[in-house]
Amino acid sequence: MDWTRILANVVGEFFSPITAAYAIAAIGLNVHFGLTGLLNMGQAGFMLIGAYGFAITTLAGHSALTGLLVGLAASVVFALLLGMPTLRLRGDYLAIVTIAAAEIVRLVGRSTSMTWLTGGNAGIAGDGFKDAFHATCLLPEGNSTILFWTYSNCYSNSWWLRIVGWLAVALFCLLVWRLMNSPWGRVLKGIREDEDAVRSLGKSVYSYKMQSLILGGALGAIGGIFFSLPQAVQADSMGRPTTFFVWTLLLLGGAATVFGPVLGSMLLWAVLMLVKSVMRDVIPSTVLNTEQIEMFSFIIVGLTLMLLVIFRPQGILGDKKELAINVR
Amino acid sequence: MHGAVVHGVRPARARATLVVLFLALLMCAWWVAPAHAASECVPDASIACIQGRIRTADGDPATGVTITVEGQGFTGEAVTDDDGRWAVEVTEDGEYTVTLDVATLPAGEVLRNPADNPRTVVADVGASAGALFPLGAPASAPSPGDSPSPSVSDSESAPPTDAEAGVEDSAPPGSITFPRVAQQFTSGIIFGLLLALASIGLSLIYGTTGLSSFSHGEQVTLGALAAYVFAQLMDLPLLVAGILAVVVGALSGYAQDAAIWKPLRKKGLGPVQLMIITIGLSMVLQYTFAFFLGAGRLRISIATPTSINVGGVIIAHQSIISTAISLVALGGVAYFLQRTWTGRATRAVADNPALAAASGINVERIIRLVWVIGAGLAALGGVLIGLYFNVTSWNMGGTILLLMFAAVTLGGLGTAFGALVGSIVIGLVSEMSSLVIPSDLRYAGALAILILVLLVRPQGILGRAERIG
Repeated sequence: MDWTRILANVVGEFFSPITAAYAIAAIGLNVHFGLTGLLNMGQAGFMLIGAYGFAITTLAGHSALTGLLVGLAASVVFALLLGMPTLRLRGDYLAIVTIAAAEIVRLVGRSTSMTWLTGGNAGIAGDGFKDAFHATCLLPEGNSTILFWTYSNCYSNSWWLRIVGWLAVALFCLLVWRLMNSPWGRVLKGIREDEDAVRSLGKSVYSYKMQSLILGGALGAIGGIFFSLPQAVQADSMGRPTTFFVWTLLLLGGAATVFGPVLGSMLLWAVLMLVKSVMRDVIPSTVLNTEQIEMFSFIIVGLTLMLLVIFRPQGILGDKKELAINVR
Repeated sequence: MHGAVVHGVRPARARATLVVLFLALLMCAWWVAPAHAASECVPDASIACIQGRIRTADGDPATGVTITVEGQGFTGEAVTDDDGRWAVEVTEDGEYTVTLDVATLPAGEVLRNPADNPRTVVADVGASAGALFPLGAPASAPSPGDSPSPSVSDSESAPPTDAEAGVEDSAPPGSITFPRVAQQFTSGIIFGLLLALASIGLSLIYGTTGLSSFSHGEQVTLGALAAYVFAQLMDLPLLVAGILAVVVGALSGYAQDAAIWKPLRKKGLGPVQLMIITIGLSMVLQYTFAFFLGAGRLRISIATPTSINVGGVIIAHQSIISTAISLVALGGVAYFLQRTWTGRATRAVADNPALAAASGINVERIIRLVWVIGAGLAALGGVLIGLYFNVTSWNMGGTILLLMFAAVTLGGLGTAFGALVGSIVIGLVSEMSSLVIPSDLRYAGALAILILVLLVRPQGILGRAERIG
């Protein structure tokens, strides 16, 4: 077994752009669930909308910044459309509606009739829409090798994407940390703990929930953009499993904490990579093929989610007293 | 609160009876209507169809395109008709090379994937195989990433129905004609009844335990896959395989409640925690199915589907039998809930568990029974839906899970008759919406209905208004 390569793969996951993308999406979900207690089961829908907004705009020749703004605007509109009717619903109803809304986004995005805009089932291939992001690159052309890892400086799955992605993660952690300790954040926590008490203090619960939904959704959209940048925008790559991954890693790291989503994302992907790499090396492909090993790793994720909720709902960093999942 | 059980009964039953009568009338109406001949290739015991539908990039039918099919010592040619459809009959199983003559494409049209022409298609006698040639601007393959992203989830796409005829039917719909409306209506009713079998358990389990089970879709898949294993891998007759699949499903319900849900109820976990656990369980089960049986499409029965033409509406014999089975099963559930002591006890538990326990009902026993019945019905639904779509796969239940939620929410979460009415509505919506919207969006239409219902009447059609959504 080639331990150097396995270790390089595993540690590479710690700072991969996909890990950063999931961390950002989970920070968004943390605003929904950890801070406000909203059971948003449609975070992948926000991610997909952000990715489509960015890709379609930059494909039309606009800059990466415009693309980002369009992606954010689209996610805000989606949050408003989703929130207006549903924020008054009870927890499990909200879960069903958000998951259904995310599925509608996915089904519409992959529909053959939308091929002119979203590329239909095939999606938007990477070579077109990434140019705008490449144009922002401050690094010189070429590849760089640092220790075990060689990536392009600017293109696709690049060092530049890693730098920007993790700067964004740091920025959003700072943002959430400040928000959590602001009067605004305290109102959100109040809503999570006891909606009626907050209402009795004269706060508009609905309006605060809406703001939380919009903020978390916008973070989800940014996560979706980073998710699509090293690969392509394809509707099925941001379906229900993606939402469930975000939930698992948020609960793993610890909901209602600042670093929980980041820790959860790094840990989940690194452990999965470790399991997959070792299995690929140890088990002959005649016994288990690559696809089966991939499926095995999803079984692990599912089990992790179940066991976390049963035995340690506060995750690694969380405070059990603070996290009562059974809010409305 | 307790009285609601008694009051709710009669109207619900009357409504259910009305629905059945209405259906029977409609069936009769079509029976006497004049018959139309089917013009397309219909597979039978000695014929396999290779077919497809070609549309321009704008979604209009591409007419006059020549397609050649070669293989197994056979050469055939077809030209697309006014609908853009083409079909070639072959008589041998095996691989065929399908070539589209690019020169015959309408002016200005190009293949989206030039690499897919010519392409190889595997034909099975007694079935249809599709060969798609999408037109439009060529798209390059997505660039590979080294991502840990769920690559397998790509196959989560494509609801099994798309494979039904092997023809992707997703461009804007054609004109609305009476035969089409009738055909879609019939499909909607049949699909709705099968969906009801799958959904009733979801509704009963919610009613008695307050659990929104996201893993109920996997109970449906379990039934279909068990039937596949018994019928195809163990060569048992279809009927035996179906019965065994239902038994396996019911046992899994018993085991699940005993091993997971009862201990967790004892532990005092709330409904939201339990719901997230079902999400994890759903992932575990789905990928376990895929792990053992692969992510491909499986067929419970490879027998030749035969169909009858009732006034222009083509119904497979299998669907008629399936419909009959589901009506009997649903009738059995209705009889159980209304007429037996245990059924009444079940409704009492659904209404108020504490009060039910106080009046001497063994609540845990009832919940266990509900799990057995619910999972058994879901398995039956899975077998019949797998036969109806003529294909099943590891994620079949996951694909229709949200339709099931839509159905039970529409009818009123926790009410069995609501699940029946809701399922038929959802079946009709998803099948008939393809008359006006592209058919790959029909499930989206059904989900939009779910959201609308929650806005307007969160308690559902038959639910009690006291429930706050």
